[in-house]
Amino acid sequence: MVAGFFVAIMILTVLLFLARPWIPPVASQHGNGIDFLINYLLLTSGVIFIAGHLILSAFVWKYSRRGAPPYRPLSSRTEWAWVLLPVLLMTAISEAGVLVLGLPIWEELYGKEPKDCITVEAVGKQFEWITRYPGKDGKFGKVRPDLVHDIENPLGLDKDDPAAKDDIVLRGPLHLPEGKLAQVQLRSHDVIHSYTVPQFRIKQDLLPGFTTSARFRPVRAGKYEVACAELCGLGHYRMRNEILVEPEKDFQAWLSQQKGWFE
Amino acid sequence: MVFLGLWFLAGCEGGEEGGGNPPPGAGTTTAAARTGEGAAAESKESAAAAGPQKAWDPALGTATVRGAVKFSGAAPPRRPIDMGSEAKCKEFHQEPPLSETIIVNSNGTLKNVFVWVRKGLEGWKFPVPTTPVFLNQKNCTYMPHVQGVQVKQPLIIRNSDPFLHNVHSLPVRNRPINFGQAKQGMESTQQFTRAEVMVKFKCDVHGWMGAHIGAVDHPYFAITGDDGAFELKNLPPGVYTIEAWHETYKTQTVDVKVGANETKEIGFTFKG
Repeated sequence: MVAGFFVAIMILTVLLFLARPWIPPVASQHGNGIDFLINYLLLTSGVIFIAGHLILSAFVWKYSRRGAPPYRPLSSRTEWAWVLLPVLLMTAISEAGVLVLGLPIWEELYGKEPKDCITVEAVGKQFEWITRYPGKDGKFGKVRPDLVHDIENPLGLDKDDPAAKDDIVLRGPLHLPEGKLAQVQLRSHDVIHSYTVPQFRIKQDLLPGFTTSARFRPVRAGKYEVACAELCGLGHYRMRNEILVEPEKDFQAWLSQQKGWFE
Repeated sequence: MVFLGLWFLAGCEGGEEGGGNPPPGAGTTTAAARTGEGAAAESKESAAAAGPQKAWDPALGTATVRGAVKFSGAAPPRRPIDMGSEAKCKEFHQEPPLSETIIVNSNGTLKNVFVWVRKGLEGWKFPVPTTPVFLNQKNCTYMPHVQGVQVKQPLIIRNSDPFLHNVHSLPVRNRPINFGQAKQGMESTQQFTRAEVMVKFKCDVHGWMGAHIGAVDHPYFAITGDDGAFELKNLPPGVYTIEAWHETYKTQTVDVKVGANETKEIGFTFKG
């Protein structure tokens, strides 16, 4: 009865897993590599997990009907062998596999910033995302905490800095051109947040006092949800934004309509 | 367990009187909030020096102090409020509503300035009005943007929008409030237990929403309107420190002596 219950649970779990894709479709260039890594780890560790339990079950099944087995102490060598073998096996399969497969993706995400990319800024504050584009000069202006005002100056742009005059500040969706590498600089105004775009396979923490970044190349036009993945307070669940990926021409048309904060 | 119980009770008592530690948000108070703390502390010291408070006698209220708050310099344009993160809010407005932070009137005066008697009324105990004041959340803005209330006077906070707003106050001397109003028509009655000028209110759902309320322990306060004028009438004769507070330009004070049946004109000028 109990065994049947657990078998049913197992079958149900497998069916649920197979019933639909549980990870949203990839919409960034590096996303396939992340998915491959996830599948690789799932497959290898899954095979080892199932094989280990099947062997264990076989031994339990075979020897459980013979009464109490005689005590037979293991040799030290055998014990070491059975400790080291799984460790080495898991290291080779998981750690080495992840390094070999993952380092090229790491380089793509965190390596030297390529010249041909669009840089934007996303600032997290309880409980919203505020976006900044550097404007026509391509430079972000200085910001000062004492200048922050929820309406008049949400990012605290310094009016005296020439680079800040044309900075575009928005509370709405983040627009990005399709197929172009995007570098999103991340800052927090208060607590730790996490910038998460599931379709882009991006999840990057925002730390107060630091500037972190997320880099990706959106490969499919569409609307994508940005969520905060770090519990940041009572309104955490509402801390969302959208990324609108559009053809380069549409993006440039939209960008040309935006005014600098002090213009 | 006993220790935990005592700790809990102590926490409750402190919370009721607003004497507990301020919330994290209160640590980042604006200069205006610090001014309020100083003003309240000064008022308390003066009250102690004046001895026990006397019940207010309306027959003594014959003096008036009035004037206007002027603005000098180039009037900054009112910035359109960016409601881009909430489509429902944008739908309320054909054009983006303008910020109420700095409003320079056509006659060169400043709107939304809170003018109050900061010092000089410590010997009196004034009756508390039972008529409530309202803070309304309508079309994704707070209405009004600046207002005053007497300590312990009912403050009714209402949600007139058909979706969630969150009311979050950031006081220094009073107990902070932080709750949601999910449905249209929801109301909550609150009160300030201590004088504090000013207390900021914000909505954690819509980052642009902000309001300021001045809580004082007497009825002598006014908020400048479209003509920038203020009037503090029915004052007892005496010497007063009148303070004007503005969200951006902070505070100014003027000392004035006013006799029985007398009206004194004073003025403030904030530079842009």
